[in-house]
Amino acid sequence: MTAAIQVNAVEKSFGNVQIIRDLNLSVAKGERHAIIGPNGAGKSTTFNLISGHIKPTSGEIRLNGEVTSGLRPFEINRRGLSRSFQVTNVFARMTVWENVRCAVLWATGHRYAFWKNTDSLPEVKQRTAQILDDIHLSHRRDVPAGLLTYAEQRELEIGITIAGGASVIMLDEPTAGMSHAETERAVALIRRLTEGRTLVIVEHDMSVVFGLADRISVLVYGHIIASGTPEEIRGNPKVKEAYLGEEVD
Amino acid sequence: MTNAPTPSLAAAKQESGGALGFYGVWLLAAIALVVLPLIFSSGGSLTSFSLIGIAIIFALSYNILLGQTGLLSFGHAVQYGLGGFLAVHVMNAVASHNWPIPLPVIPLVGGIGGMAFALLVGWVMTKRAGTVFAMISLGIGELVASSSLILRSVFGGESGITTDRTSLMPLFGWTFGPQIQVYYLIAFWVLVSAIAMYALTRTPLGRICNAVRDNPERVEFIGYDPHVVRYLAYMFAGFFAGIAGGLTAINFEIANSAYLGAMQSGFVLFSTFIGGTAYFFGPILGAILVTYLQLGLTNVTSVWQLYFGVIFIGIVMFAPGGIAGILMKHRPLIRAGTLGTVIPSYLVAAIPTLAFALGIILAIETVARFSGGDPINLLGIPFVATAPTTWAAAAVLVVGGFLIARITWRRVAEAWDRAATVARDRGYLA
Ligand SMILES: Nc1ncnc2c1ncn2[C@@H]1O[C@H](COP(=O)(O)OP(=O)(O)OP(=O)(O)O)[C@@H](O)[C@H]1O
Ligand SMILES: [Mg+2]
Repeated sequence: MTAAIQVNAVEKSFGNVQIIRDLNLSVAKGERHAIIGPNGAGKSTTFNLISGHIKPTSGEIRLNGEVTSGLRPFEINRRGLSRSFQVTNVFARMTVWENVRCAVLWATGHRYAFWKNTDSLPEVKQRTAQILDDIHLSHRRDVPAGLLTYAEQRELEIGITIAGGASVIMLDEPTAGMSHAETERAVALIRRLTEGRTLVIVEHDMSVVFGLADRISVLVYGHIIASGTPEEIRGNPKVKEAYLGEEVD
Repeated sequence: MTNAPTPSLAAAKQESGGALGFYGVWLLAAIALVVLPLIFSSGGSLTSFSLIGIAIIFALSYNILLGQTGLLSFGHAVQYGLGGFLAVHVMNAVASHNWPIPLPVIPLVGGIGGMAFALLVGWVMTKRAGTVFAMISLGIGELVASSSLILRSVFGGESGITTDRTSLMPLFGWTFGPQIQVYYLIAFWVLVSAIAMYALTRTPLGRICNAVRDNPERVEFIGYDPHVVRYLAYMFAGFFAGIAGGLTAINFEIANSAYLGAMQSGFVLFSTFIGGTAYFFGPILGAILVTYLQLGLTNVTSVWQLYFGVIFIGIVMFAPGGIAGILMKHRPLIRAGTLGTVIPSYLVAAIPTLAFALGIILAIETVARFSGGDPINLLGIPFVATAPTTWAAAAVLVVGGFLIARITWRRVAEAWDRAATVARDRGYLA
């Protein structure tokens, strides 16, 4: 079976600083894959590379077997990959409802249509309402996204990411800055919403990582030093030395 | 897909609630357009209404760029002017060949002209938003305006190209000679264009335009190419600007290089911004006010442009949301029933503010008429520009008005905070 995401020998330099070195990563379809690593290891850069936000200096990235390195983000998105951002990246002046609805439009085939009334597209309306329900923001639907609380914005960020129904979902630190209770709720949400899809998640909270992931990759200085099941990663001496230290027993 | 509980239907219900009010508004607008010239029937007001109508279409088309898509153009008059020129050429061709095309169709020709130009240059222009787009639009504006003076056969040089709107076939006995018939033709196109542009904002493209305005980066990650979105918006804006240009050509029976120029581009930016870009009706208010002021002020003062500048700076500094922004800010208070607690403070603030404004006017006119000109007449009181008493009066009004106004506006802000807190408690304000 072809992997959902396949990263082959990707390198990325900004100027003459090499951030990503010989990156190899394989995420199977339907897998929940966590990427962990210290601050500045290149996790978000890896997300940017896979989602087309930046282009690799060399190497190749495949989505469901098709080469996507070199494609623009919207082209990759149309092929079924959707990502969220570590720093909330929503449509600030638009309402919560509009934010989610815009993320639904392409996937429901309405594209650049200028001859249809958005309000009278039943499947768009239903899907938007469904997503708002899922992310617990129905009661805030008419509030401009810029006025939401931090935790609500993080939930909206997830909502926008999953709204298009992409088969591969990438979440960059979705629970960062959340309280314990909020994190628990968000993880339950992520677990439910990505059921049957492929999930790649960057997360610093180890209890979240080990509770959620089928497989874990450890990124250190732009290179994946280990990839495996939670048990394998826990027992890997290289990982212990390089990253986990005392955090995992 | 997930199998979550059924979506909340409360959300869906709210969506369709405004349909009746929606059609009601357009019906009212149509009635207003029909009866307006019956109430104010003088030739002067007919001319004014015609110009205001055209300005409304033009400003709304500009807001497709500025308010809806976040594109600041300094050259929107290019599409307007080219639409006007194409309309004139087509009118002349129709007349000389006796083609069976009536005048009311001509604005559409203008629209096609504006859109065709946007189609041609738009792809390169809309690659980037922000400063790059603004600069290119300025460059294209200058380029077209200056070539219009060089290419005499197309643009008629300094004097422009004239036409005769009555030379086309009459429609139901209407020759469109009298201004009243031209007014109704314009009114028809105002209504049609406004409805079309409003409808455009409700389409998937229109919604995504807003998303591109707010965050073009994120748009790329929900499947859209912001470049294509901007390009399409630019074409629609060009189309409606061209309609406005075509109507102008019909109204004045001429198209000249002034239509394409920086003045005209500045005028539409000005109207749109003063009216308010965040709401659909903002540019309509702006077009009405600015056109009306322009027509009115030119009769009473020689430095009317200076007043425009002052108004513009005032709006940018104190009410960046424009008139529409000011109005809509009060909506939650009205709904919460707390507007009444703010109004007294407004009335108090109005007095020193008015004094300050009069002082500014007196100062400007004193300078403008110092070395000759008619005596100043302010609220029926005559002032002599060279008299020190006039200068003193101006100084007292400006300084005193400003100082007192500052205090009273602080009071307004306090009253506002109280009213807003109540509105928030009652759930009308986020
Ligand atoms: N566009 C860029 N230009 C230059 N350097 C960059 C750029 N983007 C990222 N970097 C650098 O690459 C390194 C990796 O950054 P990245 O954001 O991928 O780390 P991360 O693993 O996501 O860290 P964190 O856990 O803090 O989010 C950092 O040193 C960062 O400064
Ligand atoms: Mg990061």
